[in-house]
Amino acid sequence: MNPEELLYCETHEWVSITDEGGSKTATVGISKFAVEQLTDLVFMELPEPGAEVAAGDEFGEVESVKAVSSLYAPVAGKILEVNHDLPNNLETLSEDPYDKGWIIRLAVSDDSALSTLLDYQAYQKQCAAEE
Amino acid sequence: MRWQTALPTRNNLRQSMRNRLATQPLFDLSKPGRRGTRLPKCDVPVQDLEQLLPAWAQATEPPGLPEVTEPEVVRHFTNLSTLNMSVDTHFYPLGSCTMKYNPKRNERLAGTPGIVNLHPYQPEDTIQGMLQLLYELQEMLAEISGLPAVSLQPAAGAHGELTALMVAGAHFRESGELRTKVLTPDSSHGTNPASARMAGFESVMIKSSESGFVDMDDLRSKLDEQVAVFMITNPNTLGIFDHQVSEISDLVHKSGGLIYLDGANMNAILGVTRPGDFGADMMHFNPHKTFSGPHGGGGPGAGPICVNEALGAYLPVPVVASDGEHYRLVYDRPRSIGQVRSFFGNVGVLVRAYCYILSHGPDGLRRVSENAVLNANYLLSRVRHILPVPHGSRCMHEFVATASDLKKKSGVTAMDLGKRLLDYGFHAPTVYFPLTVPECLMIEPTETESKETLDAFAEALFRITEEPAELLHETPHSTYTSRPDEVTAARKPQLKWSGPSGTDKKDH
Repeated sequence: MNPEELLYCETHEWVSITDEGGSKTATVGISKFAVEQLTDLVFMELPEPGAEVAAGDEFGEVESVKAVSSLYAPVAGKILEVNHDLPNNLETLSEDPYDKGWIIRLAVSDDSALSTLLDYQAYQKQCAAEE
Repeated sequence: MRWQTALPTRNNLRQSMRNRLATQPLFDLSKPGRRGTRLPKCDVPVQDLEQLLPAWAQATEPPGLPEVTEPEVVRHFTNLSTLNMSVDTHFYPLGSCTMKYNPKRNERLAGTPGIVNLHPYQPEDTIQGMLQLLYELQEMLAEISGLPAVSLQPAAGAHGELTALMVAGAHFRESGELRTKVLTPDSSHGTNPASARMAGFESVMIKSSESGFVDMDDLRSKLDEQVAVFMITNPNTLGIFDHQVSEISDLVHKSGGLIYLDGANMNAILGVTRPGDFGADMMHFNPHKTFSGPHGGGGPGAGPICVNEALGAYLPVPVVASDGEHYRLVYDRPRSIGQVRSFFGNVGVLVRAYCYILSHGPDGLRRVSENAVLNANYLLSRVRHILPVPHGSRCMHEFVATASDLKKKSGVTAMDLGKRLLDYGFHAPTVYFPLTVPECLMIEPTETESKETLDAFAEALFRITEEPAELLHETPHSTYTSRPDEVTAARKPQLKWSGPSGTDKKDH
């Protein structure tokens, strides 16, 4: 996925929306900047498919040698798929955060939160301010 | 094995003074038949083991213990103890941890036979002295906190948080209110949201403003009748006193919630202000920080809590009561949440806190905080010329500097600076906490340090920032282990000796 075409949360999750015949699917991951800030990753805790999340809900955790960080859902929906390979291959998140490093896929139930997300430019600005 | 190859050349002379034989695992030193003691021949009739113990209680083979002599054991542990840094050996500005010097007087008094030989099952009449001490400690903590009801039972600060949140839960259950949320600022200690969840609440994060205080707009937007408790650390983890605290308390109280004060930073405000006076309903103390209890070692610790009068009824049992002459343990408290620790908590640590508070007295405790704040501000005034301190030129008992610019310029991180400080003979500050400041170093000198020590630390920090990045990435050079592999240590920890062939001897 091209990072310039994604939407971002202030909490560093990215989301990509695909629309197939009116039903929207969201793929969610965390940005390269976030992975770099976390430094060496140690553990990851992921949900099971089937769970319902609201926008802003915590759906998992990633732990680095520095800290434990929560993962927040950018939009509301039902979890369709979870990238269960990630916890045992955390290097995937560092090497390929926008493709192989995807974390969950959601069947979007309410996309109103999308309008509050940042585009690539705005997100880059936020990262520069945080660095 | 490393000790065999460590010939004392010029470069490793310092290292070679260590007795490497003695720091091998005791199992590696083991030789069959070696003993530390030998028992005399048995001069009483020998009983048959089968008659003394049922079969299920008998081991089929002897335990796998190392066979070593007494000097080997003594050298092993004595040498291991020299590989560490401690408040008795080094300046230890580990922010948020208040690593002040622990007066030896406390240790001596806590070790008095009349104290250590007590048994909690002794009849009350025979432990009146201890009960008086605990009762007086309750009174002292009530006075210092401004919150009249005290439980000495929790075994650590985080345990105190959990206990207080259970007290809050009991209060809301009794009043029939369904309140499910606990608010914590994003600069809070990680134990706050963790305790909230453990106590059955949902934890909600409140943003900090640019200046490091609670973002009042964010608080207002998240405050509703679901909020049970707002947990605040004041002064906060950036080392600044949130002047909005009374306003925050009013807001939370108006919506029916309670204020919990995380007492981690009490070292800054003893005798200056009291949590009960600025709106807190509950709080914990960390005696190992504020009242010079021993740090670390896995405990035993203590995290006494103080609550307002109305919440007092829910405190754990027993509490110590007195009619002025006789002291007794009160278990009959029907609204209590019950017991959170065996007996009356970890009394040994509480005795040290009692000694510390008594030996300082009210004025002395105030001076402790004044000097802690003075020392931190002095060090801040020197460090800010070396590294930026984003949250102002004044602080309370600690401050947070950042290596962010340095990292952008030369790739040197807060971790590199911390590691290099070890080579200069200083313990590293806390790094990468609080999470709201990138590449941060959280520095807390405490009141027990001299100006010379603070100057030497600032000078070392300055010299380090002038050193080449390549060198700093490789530091420390003078410690027994340099940079442990943190990822492997976290993912595949080796927590016990797994046999001579199972251990990786490379990284001893």
